[in-house]
Amino acid sequence: MCGIAGLHLRDPELYPQLGALLQAMLGQAAERGTDAAGVGLYRDPPAGLSTVCVVDAPAGAVVPGADAVTMGQTTVFTASVPPSELEARVRLALPDAVLTSRGTHLSVLKGTGHPHALAETFDLASARGYQGVAHTRMATESAVTSTGSHPYSVGPDQCMVHNGSFANHATIRRALRASGVVFDSENDTEVGARFVAQQLADGADVEKALRLLCERFDGFYTLLVATSNSFAVVRDAIACKPAVIAETDRWVAMASEYRYLTGLPGISTARIFEPEPEVVYVWER
Amino acid sequence: MGTVIDLSVTSVRSLNADLHALPAGATDSIRVLRPDGRHSLAAGLDRPVTVEIDGHAGYYCAGMNQLATVSVHGNVGVGVAENMMSGRVHVHGDASQSAGATAHGGLLVIDGNASARCGISMKGADIVVGGDAGHMSAFMAQAGRLVICGDAGDALGDSIYEARIYVRGSVASLGADCVQKEMSPSHLAELSLLLAAAGRAEDPSEFRRYGSARTLYHFHSDNAY
Repeated sequence: MCGIAGLHLRDPELYPQLGALLQAMLGQAAERGTDAAGVGLYRDPPAGLSTVCVVDAPAGAVVPGADAVTMGQTTVFTASVPPSELEARVRLALPDAVLTSRGTHLSVLKGTGHPHALAETFDLASARGYQGVAHTRMATESAVTSTGSHPYSVGPDQCMVHNGSFANHATIRRALRASGVVFDSENDTEVGARFVAQQLADGADVEKALRLLCERFDGFYTLLVATSNSFAVVRDAIACKPAVIAETDRWVAMASEYRYLTGLPGISTARIFEPEPEVVYVWER
Repeated sequence: MGTVIDLSVTSVRSLNADLHALPAGATDSIRVLRPDGRHSLAAGLDRPVTVEIDGHAGYYCAGMNQLATVSVHGNVGVGVAENMMSGRVHVHGDASQSAGATAHGGLLVIDGNASARCGISMKGADIVVGGDAGHMSAFMAQAGRLVICGDAGDALGDSIYEARIYVRGSVASLGADCVQKEMSPSHLAELSLLLAAAGRAEDPSEFRRYGSARTLYHFHSDNAY
């Protein structure tokens, strides 16, 4: 199983409600996965501020020159330095920590446990921003650990959540490792995220990266992929993993099941449809 | 005046328990408000009751239906009327995948579009889709009739047995062992009845018929690996 929900806000008046709206969606998605959960939250940061998130950092972990906030199993470090500089400082200070996001707009908060409880530790209800993705996990391909939780963010301000399982992830992981890519987990979705990150780094746009993923990956997947300025959905050719999209002038939302969307303002007049198999849907900010 | 049940204050379990507790032969009318995509609404009914669902329903709405008439004034999730035995289920919006899966009897009408695998393994039901139907519709369909007033997606009727498919629009591709067949007067007559039963105004002469070429019924060495 696993549940996915995402919300891309078009109306800035809704930005203060991002977390509350996403929490309601995540709460409904909990029935599709109670092993773990996570969210990726996008906001417009103060100029020059970077964010790096880490799971399972030691209690009281300190990174020189950075502010730290603990959100359950995730620690969020922020500093007024470029993201690469903050990432280097975090890696130096916490050599064993696993980075779950790095960039200027995105924070990835995730961990093991029931999604309802995790949402409280994330203080999700008070989060502000312009875009968010959420995932509830029922583990199939790898262990129930915080690093095996979604979202996967392996490139700057990139984020992927996945419902399904990739069949040939081991083959593609070997190929990526051979080209120098380093992995944080044995999770199949991380392979998809690393593949997309590599395509984006090589110059592809999100649509092309996801079309290439469809060509290369076997298995079942409904994917929600976000970057600082885009929100994208794609399903495999069989399309057995559910997905529904709703769209109004104020927002675009995607969910595994329609009922996650019922709390969104204006849902009764939204355009509602299911994404077609192997068609990449992208909304840009 | 019938009963009104508001699912923002009543649980689905309570709704279905009340419907199942009606006496045999009951013909009550029940209106369901605020379904909000909840799953398993009006599932397992076996009385000739009428249920009107005022909004979008989730998975397996009217699943296993017998005798009842269920109308959904909205969209439905996966598996509407799955394994229906008899009765009538009418979706006024769109249906998600596997609509009418394995249904043995009754009539399923979808005014909007049906997603993938509509009528998968259907075993005798009739399904009328007003709009388009997604890929792999009527996959392994054994008996019954599937009418698609719009277009059909890829692999229509893959590995079909003896169900009959009528399509008015285009067919993206036919599945294994599914072929276009002659439209005889008897087929036009049955299609006319199905369209009328579904409240459709399409002209039966604009449809084409598809069914099994029956080449997969028996072992053939060319099909072995």
